[in-house]
Amino acid sequence: MRKENTPDEEKDEAHLARRKFLKQSTALTAIAFATPALVSAANNNLDEKAAGYFEKVALKLEVNGKPYNLSVEPRVTLLDLLREQLHLTGSKKGCDYGQCGACTVHVDGKRVLSCMSLAVMQDGKKVTTIEGLSTGDELHPMQEAFIKHDGFQCGYCTPGQIMSGIACIREGHASTEDDIRQNMSGNICRCGAYPNIVAAIKEVKEKGATI
Amino acid sequence: MINFDYVRPSTQKAAIDALNKDATSQFIAGGTNLVDLMKRGVTSPQKLIDINRLPLKGIQKRDNVIRIGALALNSEVAEDELIKARLPLLSQALNAGASPQLRNMATVGGNMMQRTRCPYFYDTSMPCNKRQPGTGCSALKGYNRMHAVLGASDQCIAVHPSDMCVALAALDATVIVSGNKGERKIPFLDFHRLPGSTPQKDNNLQRGELITAVEVKDSDASGRGAYYLKVRDRASYAFALVSVAALVEMKGSLISNVRLAMGGVAHKPWRLTAAENFLKGKAATVTNFQLAAVEAMKGARGYGHNNFKLKLAPNSIIESLKTASGLS
Repeated sequence: MRKENTPDEEKDEAHLARRKFLKQSTALTAIAFATPALVSAANNNLDEKAAGYFEKVALKLEVNGKPYNLSVEPRVTLLDLLREQLHLTGSKKGCDYGQCGACTVHVDGKRVLSCMSLAVMQDGKKVTTIEGLSTGDELHPMQEAFIKHDGFQCGYCTPGQIMSGIACIREGHASTEDDIRQNMSGNICRCGAYPNIVAAIKEVKEKGATI
Repeated sequence: MINFDYVRPSTQKAAIDALNKDATSQFIAGGTNLVDLMKRGVTSPQKLIDINRLPLKGIQKRDNVIRIGALALNSEVAEDELIKARLPLLSQALNAGASPQLRNMATVGGNMMQRTRCPYFYDTSMPCNKRQPGTGCSALKGYNRMHAVLGASDQCIAVHPSDMCVALAALDATVIVSGNKGERKIPFLDFHRLPGSTPQKDNNLQRGELITAVEVKDSDASGRGAYYLKVRDRASYAFALVSVAALVEMKGSLISNVRLAMGGVAHKPWRLTAAENFLKGKAATVTNFQLAAVEAMKGARGYGHNNFKLKLAPNSIIESLKTASGLS
């Protein structure tokens, strides 16, 4: 694997060097033309964040308990940042238009759609993805329950279903099967594992453990 | 998505100034509609002004007025104890909208500012007067199952898809907006527009204005029936084919006050004033509800695939009135 990755890494380095050059030269040109306020805002990393003259914007994020100092183009979604830059490919790109729920993650404890969230707008926030649920080799109770109840077939929607299922219980919206179905409606499963997903969530809720 | 500049002002004034400075800029709050439109190339602002750090999130009651900050999340409003107790209709409508994830992202102001739209508005290869004024309306003779039956024009037959706004229309809310010239209040019913000959304009917010809050007069909700009925193709997470927000106050067996608004039928939340006037002072009977529904549907017309709404809408009005009046 390592060997196979080498050409890509080299290409990446060359690509990065080129980007770095472009970025520095763009930044220099930008500073020459930018207003003093813009430059000081960018330099001091103030609340009045400004991008545009600059290719990328600085971004601080805590993902699964780990702090990151990143830089992104304003148009990068949280999902693309997680998958492409942080290589956390657990969160899935299903529709990429906020309709399927496969990209569901928790931001500051709330379930949201990472495909419809611009990464730059999450500055200073805490993100939890499916990768952040287990402790070492020990799976999260919801992951265990999905396995026990066969809550998936192809598995593509599963990370989103699990993140949503946990949020559903935390929000207090899992008291009945109807309640669970209603509050899991933002997560589509093409294989139709719905009855088993509901059973998994119901069991975790009934066991009453803090999740 | 075409790249854009990004600024994150920390004061209201800075946000409004930034918008005024650049004609190609737009505010972004939850982004659940705007990011979608940008990804599909329907709109491409050159600058986004992220207003999420402005202090516009609170929900308070002051001097008999409930004030909901423009940046309060749809889920926060729906779950708020004050809203659940005093404005249960609003809570019901919010919970009927979108999905839990989207409700955790979408804001009150953003919900109002989501585009009135139809599939042809999204399809950049098709003519659409709303997206490109003067190109024609593809829906008039196209597939128009989801489209308007009231208040449409030959320029546009799209519907405003919000549930929250239908409840706010019935609740006689007021929109508070802020601009360079200070603050302005817009009655909720005057906020959104009918398409007329300018379907590109969804609402009456002026360039340079920011929605800061929505206000609703508080009144005792205990003696009032409130019901939001949403009829859709699946049990949840779908736009309304037709929705009805109903508030009914009874005095003995007579209706002392009633407020009704419909969603899924027009370019804006549609208030049923004629039906309300008909019902006031009358007994809460199915016959009266049927007659009120006939009043409500005067002037309605179908465009082919949406003809079923001409039957679905009055039936929905009757059902919502039955529940809100306590008849069933």
